[in-house]
Amino acid sequence: MESILDHVIAKYNYWIYVVLMMIGFYAMIGKRNLVKKLLGMNIFQTAIILFFISTGAKKGGSIPILDKYAALQGQVDVNQVVNPLPHVLMLTAIVVGVSVTGVALAVMQRIYRKYGTLEEDEILHKIENE
Amino acid sequence: MTPIVSIWPLAAILVSLLGALPIILANRQPNLRESWTILIALVKLMIVASLLPGVLEGNSYVFTIAQVIPGVPIELRVDALGMIFALVASSLWLFTSIYSIGYMRALDEHAQTRYYASFAVAISATLGVAFAGNLLTMYLFYEMLSLSTYPLVTHEQNAEARSSGRKYLTYILGTSIGLALPAMMITYSVAGTLDFTSGGILAGKASPELLALLVVLFLFGFAKAGLMPFHGWLPAAMVAPTPVSSFLHGVAVVKAGVFSIFRIIFDILGPETLQSADLGSLITYIASVTLLIASMVALTQDSLKRRLAYSTIGQLAYMVLGAGMLSATGMLGGVMHLAMHAFGKITLFFCAGAIYVASKKKNISQMDGLGRRMPITYLAFFLGSLSIIGMPPLGGFISKWNLLIGAVEGDQLVLIVVLLISSLLNAAYFFPIIYRGFFVPATDGEGDGIKEAPLFCLIPLSVTALVSLALFFYPDTLLKLARMALGI
Amino acid sequence: MKSNLHMYVMAAPLLTAFLVNIFGRNNRKVIAPMVLGALGLSSLLAIAVLKRTLMLGDLSYTAGAWTPPWGIELLVDPLSALMLLLIAAVSFIATFAALPCVKRDLEDRQHLFFTLYLILIAGLMGLVLTADAFNLYVMLEITSITTYGLIALGRGRAPLSSFNYIIMGSVAASFYLLGVGYLYLLTGTLNMADIARYLPALQGTAALSTALAFILIGLWIKMAFFPLHGWLPRAYTDAPDGAGVLIAPLMTKVTIYLMVRLMLTFQSPTFPLISMDVRTLVIWAAAIGIVCASSLALAQRNLKQMLTYIIIAEVGYMVGGAWLANDQGMTGTLLHIVNDALMTLCLFLAAVAIAYRTGSLHFDNLKGLYRRMPWTMAFFTIGAFAMIGVPPTCGFYSKWYLLLGGIEAGQWEFVVALIFSSLVNAVLFFRIIELAYFGSLQDSEHHAHASAEPQEAPWWILSPLALTAVLLIVVGLSTGPLVNNIIRLMIPVGF
Repeated sequence: MESILDHVIAKYNYWIYVVLMMIGFYAMIGKRNLVKKLLGMNIFQTAIILFFISTGAKKGGSIPILDKYAALQGQVDVNQVVNPLPHVLMLTAIVVGVSVTGVALAVMQRIYRKYGTLEEDEILHKIENE
Repeated sequence: MTPIVSIWPLAAILVSLLGALPIILANRQPNLRESWTILIALVKLMIVASLLPGVLEGNSYVFTIAQVIPGVPIELRVDALGMIFALVASSLWLFTSIYSIGYMRALDEHAQTRYYASFAVAISATLGVAFAGNLLTMYLFYEMLSLSTYPLVTHEQNAEARSSGRKYLTYILGTSIGLALPAMMITYSVAGTLDFTSGGILAGKASPELLALLVVLFLFGFAKAGLMPFHGWLPAAMVAPTPVSSFLHGVAVVKAGVFSIFRIIFDILGPETLQSADLGSLITYIASVTLLIASMVALTQDSLKRRLAYSTIGQLAYMVLGAGMLSATGMLGGVMHLAMHAFGKITLFFCAGAIYVASKKKNISQMDGLGRRMPITYLAFFLGSLSIIGMPPLGGFISKWNLLIGAVEGDQLVLIVVLLISSLLNAAYFFPIIYRGFFVPATDGEGDGIKEAPLFCLIPLSVTALVSLALFFYPDTLLKLARMALGI
Repeated sequence: MKSNLHMYVMAAPLLTAFLVNIFGRNNRKVIAPMVLGALGLSSLLAIAVLKRTLMLGDLSYTAGAWTPPWGIELLVDPLSALMLLLIAAVSFIATFAALPCVKRDLEDRQHLFFTLYLILIAGLMGLVLTADAFNLYVMLEITSITTYGLIALGRGRAPLSSFNYIIMGSVAASFYLLGVGYLYLLTGTLNMADIARYLPALQGTAALSTALAFILIGLWIKMAFFPLHGWLPRAYTDAPDGAGVLIAPLMTKVTIYLMVRLMLTFQSPTFPLISMDVRTLVIWAAAIGIVCASSLALAQRNLKQMLTYIIIAEVGYMVGGAWLANDQGMTGTLLHIVNDALMTLCLFLAAVAIAYRTGSLHFDNLKGLYRRMPWTMAFFTIGAFAMIGVPPTCGFYSKWYLLLGGIEAGQWEFVVALIFSSLVNAVLFFRIIELAYFGSLQDSEHHAHASAEPQEAPWWILSPLALTAVLLIVVGLSTGPLVNNIIRLMIPVGF
């Protein structure tokens, strides 16, 4: 029991992401309101982004802005700098996430204009009655 | 014996396939359309006939259309067995085309262009089955035949025709995709090839159990051969116009089924392989059951075309029975019956159509006294039925005699009995029709004004009846081809 | 070998997308020549790429001159060149039909539609080209986002269908991204070939299994593999006709190709990616999926909706074939990707043609269609035969390899499912053929000279349809060279 607890505490950041991801996933699948679904999606994505960022972090690491010549001569201790690659990747992922959110919001506007509601049940009800 | 590369087999198939185009284009000019049909039929027959001398000398003609699967190209090969079927089919198509003109015009049928075009595609597929060089190619054309005949079965476009069309496809496509295709795949994965090779490709490669499975899958998979319990489509398909029933469901389609089974037994499974696994009796029993039941059911049918359909089912089983005997004489009888029955049965169907055109009668019970009004038709009918029953001096006698000899040689008492009973049954379901026609007087006032059908109908049926007769006296070419096909 | 050639294939639609947006805004007439020109050029270049890869081997381009494994590599081998050609050709053909549909449905938004349309095509090409796992995610999202937009342009409940697709698509992409994250943690690299080198050492670890599971589930949602298919039928049915002809043939097929590509890259003699248990599980899922999707297709009363369920069944074919993990099955899957794209294109083009003339694809509306649209229905019939798997159309040959793979692997449930699905397809299509060709006649028509005026679809739709129908047969007959010269080359020994 204690070892599991140690395990959780040692990697508490990852456990937070897992919890976040579950919350997001539940909202996407379980909620009937389209806005809540979209929010769930955003939470889900954010959790993954945080996860990636965490993988690059190092205890005591500094920002990866280096002297080119020092780096070329191998004078930089890689343990002292954070891995920048996950950050770069996540910049792209954030852009992707924002775009998807934008498209989803636009689509949602069209739905609202057409049916006057964003509750999935009500929309389906209206479609059936058409 | 070396195969000769030749484009003519392909040409023989393509001439009617491409010929469908001018037929469609001549939609609004019936005379031009029908001239095309006759012309194509003539050209086709000539091409097939031109290949005959070479085949008789023992040559075979090959042509590879495309490489599709390793070791299994789409390939045509003209050999003796294929030649028999091709000759029968292409010569009878000519007669059927002439007959169609008389029949379709006399009844002022709709959608005649579709009818002639589908017919042309169907005959192409039939020749493709005949000339296929391996199992895959044969399967390809077999499917093409199924699909091209569907519009012909559904021709009437009423509820009955549609449900028959559905039944037709269910039986034919269901069995070919569900049974024959897996059997073919298994054969390929065991043998590594699908080429038709005299003596089979599975010798020493398959266990008896697997062979038995393949026999069952193939026999029922090629449901066009009408083996029970997959025979139901044939009586249903009789809703089609009579030329269709006569040519396709008396000759091309059903024989394509039997021909496929021949190919399987002779060139894929191999008679000797089957013999050593003792599977001949499996085939003959399946065939015998069909034979007897179909003949008995035929007795009960009042609709003339349905009676002919059940007769066809029975006669097809004869051919399978012959092949299943696995003895030289038996197989010879089976192959010969394929040709003999074709000429006999097409005559009978032509007659049924002529009776319908002249009198609009479909049921035997209404046909009292018709023979006196339509003597030529009834005489042809008489000859045709004699041939089917297997009486001299008609072609059917030769094949049935060989079948009987084959059974005697093989000491297969059961088969002898089956053959004899069945011939009696054949006589029992044909003679009443003729008797009614000639000797039972028509009820008062009925039948007045009925006369022979148009010449376009009458000539083909007389010719095919005479050919049936001639085949008794001059069967040499056919016999030679059949012997070559069987390597005896 | 270093080369830029394959980048031009992708660049042509990508750049034109922006040009169409700028110039098409004011002058509608330039849209058609620009789009067709770009895609035509793309197709020609794709042919050149295919030829060059067959002669010279793989072509590689590194973005920004960062050498792999750090930089992003865009790699093309004969197989991806074939896919590139497939994408370019299918989109080129589909565009002919898309143009009149878009002109009618989205009169004042044509330039916007085609901007999305071209970016989608470029994204699909990028998916095929990329050799970088993260870049693949970006491309996946580019194609997805454009697809969301295109579907939302449709009529009726299209926005709602699109929204559901957005949610499912995002879950899929996130799963994929998560899987890639794990892989990155484990291997420290994102280049796929590089990842493959580290995998044998990690064999059997829970982390690796989790990573691969996330990636696969992500891709399976995107390709609508049963039971993750829920979003597809409505999304594809409600998409505007102009988008449907592009999305339906390509999206699922390209995603399947990605799965196959990952499998082929990661699989090696020292690292059997496909363990026996998982394999059996996936093949069962594929078999059940095929049976269920085929049965659901039977329940549909609308042509397009029926086709969408057939697409799902076909996905089962390909996933199952790939997981058979033998030479024949893999060949069948790759061949079927090409064939299915063409078959789906043919059937969707026919559906679009019918919808264009009659307005509805409900079965009641198809009665007697043969008289009104004889050519359309003739080509539809060829497409239907290919779907059923009637030789010599191409559908038969890929099914042949798949069946053979199933028999050799002893996975009989897959064989049975394939045959069942072929039979159901026969029922599905002959039901329509019966309605269209052999509907009951009026009394007046029951004679030789009855005629009805044909109302054929416009040439813009009919000619691509005719071309596709011919292609179905041509590709079928050239199966041998296709398999021997391209597909077999790419399947590693011992697969």
